[in-house]
Amino acid sequence: MTAVAQRRSLPGFGLTMGLTITWLSLMILIPLAGLFVKTAELSFAEFWSTVTAPRTLHALKISFGLAFAAACVNLIAGLLIVWALVRYRFPGRRIFDAIVDIPFALPTAVAGIALTTLFAQKGWLGAPLAALGIKVAFTPLGIFLAMIFIGIPFVVRTVQPVLLDLDTELEEAAECLGASRWQTIWRVILPSLTPALLTGFALAFARAVGEYGSVIFIAGNLPNVSEIAPLLIVIRLSEFRYADATAIAVVMLVFSFLIIFVLNRIQHWAQSRSLATA
Amino acid sequence: MTIEVRNIVKEFGSFRALDNVDLRVETGELMALLGPSGSGKTTLLRIIAGLEWPDSGVVTIDGEDALAHGAAERHVGFVFQHYALFRHMNVFENVAFGLRVQPRKIRKSEAEIKKRVGNLLDLVQLGWLADRYPSQLSGGQRQRIALARALAIEPRILLLDEPFGALDAKVRKELRAWLRNLHEEIHVTSIFVTHDQEEALEVANRVVVMDKGRIEQIGSPGDVYERPASAFVHGFIGESIVLPVEVRDGRVRLGDRDLDLIAQDAAAGPSKLFVRRHDVAVGPSGSGVFEGAVKAVRAFGPMQRADIVLGGLGGDILIEIDAPRDHSLKVGDHIGLQPQRYRIFADR
Amino acid sequence: MRLLIIGFALTFLTVFVVLPLILVFSEALAKGVAFYLSALADDEALAAIKLTLIAAGISVGLNLVFGVIAAWAIAKFDFPGKTFLITLIDLPFSVSPVISGLVFVLLFGAQGWFGPWLMAHGVQILFAVPAIVLATTFVTFPFVARELIPLMQEQGQQEEEAAISLGASGWTTFWRVTLPNIKWGLLYGVLLCNARAMGEFGAVSVVSGHIRGETNTMPLLVEILYNEYQMVAAFAIASLLALLALVTLIVKTVLEGRIEEGLHPDDH
Repeated sequence: MTAVAQRRSLPGFGLTMGLTITWLSLMILIPLAGLFVKTAELSFAEFWSTVTAPRTLHALKISFGLAFAAACVNLIAGLLIVWALVRYRFPGRRIFDAIVDIPFALPTAVAGIALTTLFAQKGWLGAPLAALGIKVAFTPLGIFLAMIFIGIPFVVRTVQPVLLDLDTELEEAAECLGASRWQTIWRVILPSLTPALLTGFALAFARAVGEYGSVIFIAGNLPNVSEIAPLLIVIRLSEFRYADATAIAVVMLVFSFLIIFVLNRIQHWAQSRSLATA
Repeated sequence: MTIEVRNIVKEFGSFRALDNVDLRVETGELMALLGPSGSGKTTLLRIIAGLEWPDSGVVTIDGEDALAHGAAERHVGFVFQHYALFRHMNVFENVAFGLRVQPRKIRKSEAEIKKRVGNLLDLVQLGWLADRYPSQLSGGQRQRIALARALAIEPRILLLDEPFGALDAKVRKELRAWLRNLHEEIHVTSIFVTHDQEEALEVANRVVVMDKGRIEQIGSPGDVYERPASAFVHGFIGESIVLPVEVRDGRVRLGDRDLDLIAQDAAAGPSKLFVRRHDVAVGPSGSGVFEGAVKAVRAFGPMQRADIVLGGLGGDILIEIDAPRDHSLKVGDHIGLQPQRYRIFADR
Repeated sequence: MRLLIIGFALTFLTVFVVLPLILVFSEALAKGVAFYLSALADDEALAAIKLTLIAAGISVGLNLVFGVIAAWAIAKFDFPGKTFLITLIDLPFSVSPVISGLVFVLLFGAQGWFGPWLMAHGVQILFAVPAIVLATTFVTFPFVARELIPLMQEQGQQEEEAAISLGASGWTTFWRVTLPNIKWGLLYGVLLCNARAMGEFGAVSVVSGHIRGETNTMPLLVEILYNEYQMVAAFAIASLLALLALVTLIVKTVLEGRIEEGLHPDDH
């Protein structure tokens, strides 16, 4: 019996895999690892006091809290937009469908100055709001609105294909079984969309937490009032307080990993669920 | 061009797709690999083509170690189940591909390529489709283009993976006869994989029946149908009545009854009695080994099919038999049944 | 109900998306076309445009090559840990742009791992073009690969196997069979990659050093002009970037049709 080398039907696996891992390590993994190594230079007490310093804590609270709130708004608004785009026919539908991607495509700095000007006290929307006594620009409310702006495509684009693919037979079956429209939506459609909605929510949340460009212009950036965590990193860097900057970054990065983990679980769950019903 | 496969083992994870397979294909044969899905037939075909590599074993093509070469150097024509036509090339370019990628030294001139592709398209009777794209062809046309493309490189052997699997019933039948005629014309050693017994028996001159990564039987279509070598082959090919029996002291018993049948060479112990549906003689009550009552009769073509409840066996057993039309069967009739030809295989 | 939902969707999108976009162009042209054009022809503006093109060109090129190589390895072969590898490639999407910049400051800065050595040898990476290219490449790393991987997985490997069994080499198979099949998907990935590369702000802002006329990309110049209350000039540059976004979206919509067609040619 001759020994047979393990070979694959298509060539180039070793080469392309080697290049992929090498380039990935050089470009992504080593730089990110550097971040953690840098943090390790701090003792735990130092790390803890940096992260729990009032200004840092406040910035983290602003970033995470407002991002969460914005993601909640996007969850509901996104679902309604998807519903309108998929289930209804109206003039301009295709254009509005394309428009959803603008927050993706528009450079964040451009979005930032545009939103700020729009909601500034003399802006197109800022002036009427100011007349009502609502101040948007340079307040946490402005941060919140900017986070809604950048998060909306994530929810729409993850839920839309699922709703499109949703078998209308399911709904018809529910209706034939005597379910009312609301019961059908609540018991049949929404549960089918749940994994996609959660995924969209998590993506919008993660993006808003880390967002910089579209937020800093409208934020006002007052320490302990409207200062976001990414900006605090930049400020610490400009003060050459690298360790402090790194500590905040690590907190945010750990959060990113957590979100990735949660997303994987959601995907896993959705897959096993759809397999079970197949 | 002979192909020889020896002691081939292939595992995917913990699943043993091929378990010590030996096979020899003679020059000019048209051989069928027949088996249910998961029997390893496609894996074996892909190993011969060089698209898959065995964990151990030997494959030689004309005495030459095939495993020393990749698929590109084996000169094996492979026709894929879903054709795998290059979707961005028209029919002509698809067929010409194998000629165009030859090393510069032996590459044919453009005029020669044109002539050869023209001949091949004539061979598959689709010359008029040369400018079309795969998406504009019917399934049967794609299949024939895929075959022409495989033949373009003048392959030493031709391998076809479920060549008719994706076609509808009528086109399948037409292509079967066509493939057999084509093989007679070009006479290249060919192996095709199928899960359709009718296809294998009708097209091939030798059939290899596979199950669970092993070869169960190799023989002519007549052989595997008339003289199945194992319970699996008997059950898989043709339609059989299967009764659980027990062989004891050379006698065949069903329940507590001694059947007046010969145990053949089955070992003592639990066994299965196999009878072809049409190998049962129907007579008046008391005329055979089994007694039965007719439960339903369906007549079509030259035969009639009857559901019979076998009695006196400690619980009713329902079987289906095929009887000639001239024998009148009516629901409620009590009849005698005598297996004329049967096989007994010990349970594994 | 129907009108209520449509009304909500359209109002929401108009307020949050359409109005800001219109505002960019209206502010850019607030003082007339001549002023607009002179703002664009400014030396600093031209330098920023040039730097943006260079940085985007290099990083898109790098990610294009990497994306194709990674997609070949991941989509055409089976191996353990595939999902994990895809997660790693997607990682930059989940990292804040500021952090993406920060990691390069930590590597190449004066207090960084390679900083002192580089400084001793007179190599300037941070606060110079190389760092801008690196940060942009980091941020846009996944775009091409993540576009190609699902596409190539869906196309399967049968056509490649057919080419190989017809005697083609791996390289020939890639150029003649794989590449024509993925060309629209590849273009799509490159397009999105480019849009993000030209528009990246946070990561580039951290590593650029904001040296006027030298290390300012277009988004950075927008920030500077805006903070100096040069509104028209800021919005003029911004309008170019917005235009890029719009063109990207239009081409993207066209490409989506092409990719769909390539995957399911039978439907026509």
